[in-house]
Amino acid sequence: MTLTNTTIIAAGLTLVTGAAFAQEPVLTVYTYDSFASDWGPGPGVEVAFEEICNCDLQFTATGDGAALLARLRLEGERSDADVVLGLDTNLTAAAVEAGLMAEHGITAEGLTLPVAWDDPHFLPFDWGYFAFVHRASMENVPGSFEALAASETSVVIQDPRSSTPGLGLLMWVQNAYGDDAPAIWEALADNVVTVTPGWSEAYGLFLDGEADMVLSYTTSPAYHLIAEEDDSYASATFSEGHYMQIEVGGVLQTADNPELAQQFLDFMVSPAFQAIIPETNWMYPAAMPAESLPDGFETLAQPETALIYPAAEAAAVRDEALATWQNALSQ
Amino acid sequence: MAKRAQPVTLIQTIGGVFTLLVALAILAPLGAVIFRAEGFTDLRAADWAAVRFTLLQAALSAFVSCIAAIPVARALARRKFYGRGVYISLMGAPFILPVIVAVMGLLAIFGRAGWLNAALEGIGAGTIEIYGMVGVVMAHVFLNLPLATRLLLQAWLAVPAERIRLAHSLNFTAQDMRRHFGWPLLRATLPGAALVIFLICTTSFAVALILGGGPAATTIELAIYQAFQFDFDLGRAALLGMVQVAICVGAGLIVWRFANATEFGGGLDRPALSWPGDRPLSRGIDGAALILAGAFLLLPLAAVAGQGIGAVTGLPISTWEAALRSVLLALASTTLAVTLALPIALLIAGKAARAGLEGVGLLSIAVSPLVIGTGLFLIVFPIANPVTLSLPITGLVNALVALPFLLRALIPAARQAEATQGRLADALGMRGMARLRHAILPRLGRPLGFGAGLAAAFSMGDLGVIALFSAQGQETLPLEMYRLFGSYRTNDAQGAAVLLMALSLGMFWLFDQGGRANAAS
Repeated sequence: MTLTNTTIIAAGLTLVTGAAFAQEPVLTVYTYDSFASDWGPGPGVEVAFEEICNCDLQFTATGDGAALLARLRLEGERSDADVVLGLDTNLTAAAVEAGLMAEHGITAEGLTLPVAWDDPHFLPFDWGYFAFVHRASMENVPGSFEALAASETSVVIQDPRSSTPGLGLLMWVQNAYGDDAPAIWEALADNVVTVTPGWSEAYGLFLDGEADMVLSYTTSPAYHLIAEEDDSYASATFSEGHYMQIEVGGVLQTADNPELAQQFLDFMVSPAFQAIIPETNWMYPAAMPAESLPDGFETLAQPETALIYPAAEAAAVRDEALATWQNALSQ
Repeated sequence: MAKRAQPVTLIQTIGGVFTLLVALAILAPLGAVIFRAEGFTDLRAADWAAVRFTLLQAALSAFVSCIAAIPVARALARRKFYGRGVYISLMGAPFILPVIVAVMGLLAIFGRAGWLNAALEGIGAGTIEIYGMVGVVMAHVFLNLPLATRLLLQAWLAVPAERIRLAHSLNFTAQDMRRHFGWPLLRATLPGAALVIFLICTTSFAVALILGGGPAATTIELAIYQAFQFDFDLGRAALLGMVQVAICVGAGLIVWRFANATEFGGGLDRPALSWPGDRPLSRGIDGAALILAGAFLLLPLAAVAGQGIGAVTGLPISTWEAALRSVLLALASTTLAVTLALPIALLIAGKAARAGLEGVGLLSIAVSPLVIGTGLFLIVFPIANPVTLSLPITGLVNALVALPFLLRALIPAARQAEATQGRLADALGMRGMARLRHAILPRLGRPLGFGAGLAAAFSMGDLGVIALFSAQGQETLPLEMYRLFGSYRTNDAQGAAVLLMALSLGMFWLFDQGGRANAAS
């Protein structure tokens, strides 16, 4: 029954959609949920790109970055995707290794990342620092993981197995402390109120007062400040530095329309795209000078040290970091 | 005479075909994942820890939910009070809430910053900690107590009024009532209810993780997530999916040994009378049970409503569109679920049934939504773009998920209808449609309405598969709510949660009401 019904419906739908868009080439961009949502950058990006491309830009959204990669691997060579938008550097090595990515061949000018960029498969479109967000009224804000572990401060974090910020936190501790990471996690165990499957649940718990701090981004307070005109949130600056999340886009090997996909990557680091990012994705744009950022961004905490693993190294330390984390928090 | 084989009817043949289709629709996706993985990879030690944790928390949750449901269902069965219908409908709400909303509601009461801790601190009594196994079980009881209560209540209400009148005239004591009514009823219903709740809790993932407090609270479902998204190890995901099926089958076999059908004989369907042996003490106990359960279930809901109700009118238009889409989807999947459930229930209830058929209906709660979703994706992908099919597939999966609850409600009623009305119908030579319409269906009205209500509400609240397949402009209300949460729009998200709760409850209430109207006619 399943097969018969789906086949009939599929045939019908293919006819309808096929006829409607027959004139223009279609560019299919796979991205994560909140990028494509009505409040994310998706709608603005679609309008801006369709003005210059003479094409139809379509987003397909799947969960978060990890789910996005899983979806692409599942589809393999038969994927309709031309561009993948929203993997981070902890995931890119796996995408390249699975043979999914084509080289973009673009020399990006004017990137404003705090680190150099020379990945042949991916270009960055935004970035941010992971940070613990707290209420501005909080006293004795810890200034490092060690201070946090020694304090009574309660935190909510995300599970690295089901969310990209959770994975980012593992990388942060691993990068900052290396062989001492297990000791840090053991000391942190009694500060962790709970671990959530994703960012939304953790942030919700924090807003409801279940914990003093939540793992999020230094840019999170910008949302409250700009969209809600609420200046009562801040992020803690840690002296060991802050791990970065760099979100990237790339062209797929299987792209039906590689030229159009290339054009999209060019557009991705252009001002038209970049200007949409700060107030929809609440991250730093990858190619936009600090003075052009919206008012309010200048109030955000500025870490002195940017920490990040190169993509290949991130893939190598991931499993061990996970085991360390599981051991420390399971006890 | 009693052993005479019943002729296999058309409806039972249809039931058999449907059973096969349901089994196929559940097992084929699992097979597709295994096929794509090109075999299994071994489970790790951590996976076995997840299996142990899953079994322990699910067993505890099922046990506590069922034990707690007994006094509540009994009180509802023998008390008439103003607002009883509203109470019954409202207390069903937690079961149909999306997990994140239910958890937020619970935390508003029992969390660190919740009302209870504020009150305890106010009187200087220290604070309680909800995170850990206690929190997991508490949340699962919150979500499943309503279901357990309703399943027990169905059974209690199925006792013919004539029997209770007879008990009155025989001057039954409370103890006699327990021996002749209470205990046999529980023996017949509890194992099934416990099984369903146990299976629901085995696929728990977000509740167990958020309230479990960390990686120690890893369920099989989370291990599947890890295998799929973190390691992209489809073989391990499929194997874990099969472990879940094995748990389902194992639990089903154990329960099947303990479940005995109870027959109370036929009645004339008059409304239930008050019970004999009704002393002030039992009134007090019933009152306390209703108040405690009401507070436990309704206060978190009130907290959710209080947080979000102000935001409902300001919700963006896309949220209302998503709401409409969800209502239509729920109606479609309820229709499908009822169409599937009725013949299957009649087949299983009929004497020609074979043991284990019921297990097919239960399978769909135990199979991981992630594995089913991934499997369906793999099956559909070569044929069509799965994204354009996201709504039909979600409807189909929702119908499959609702099926066990419909069967759980329908089968005992169908058995009883056959037992009480079957011989008369035989004597009158009623066969086929006439028998169904006059002898069987009138007795299925109440459970059918209840089951359809559950199916509709469940489909409204379901997030599962749509999240895997979602496309622009096809968001359901729960998905829209998650996206609002994910875009920092907490107020709107809370508003969407209230809308979702109201729509789910409304649909449940309408169907349930319809069921009762049929039963009375």
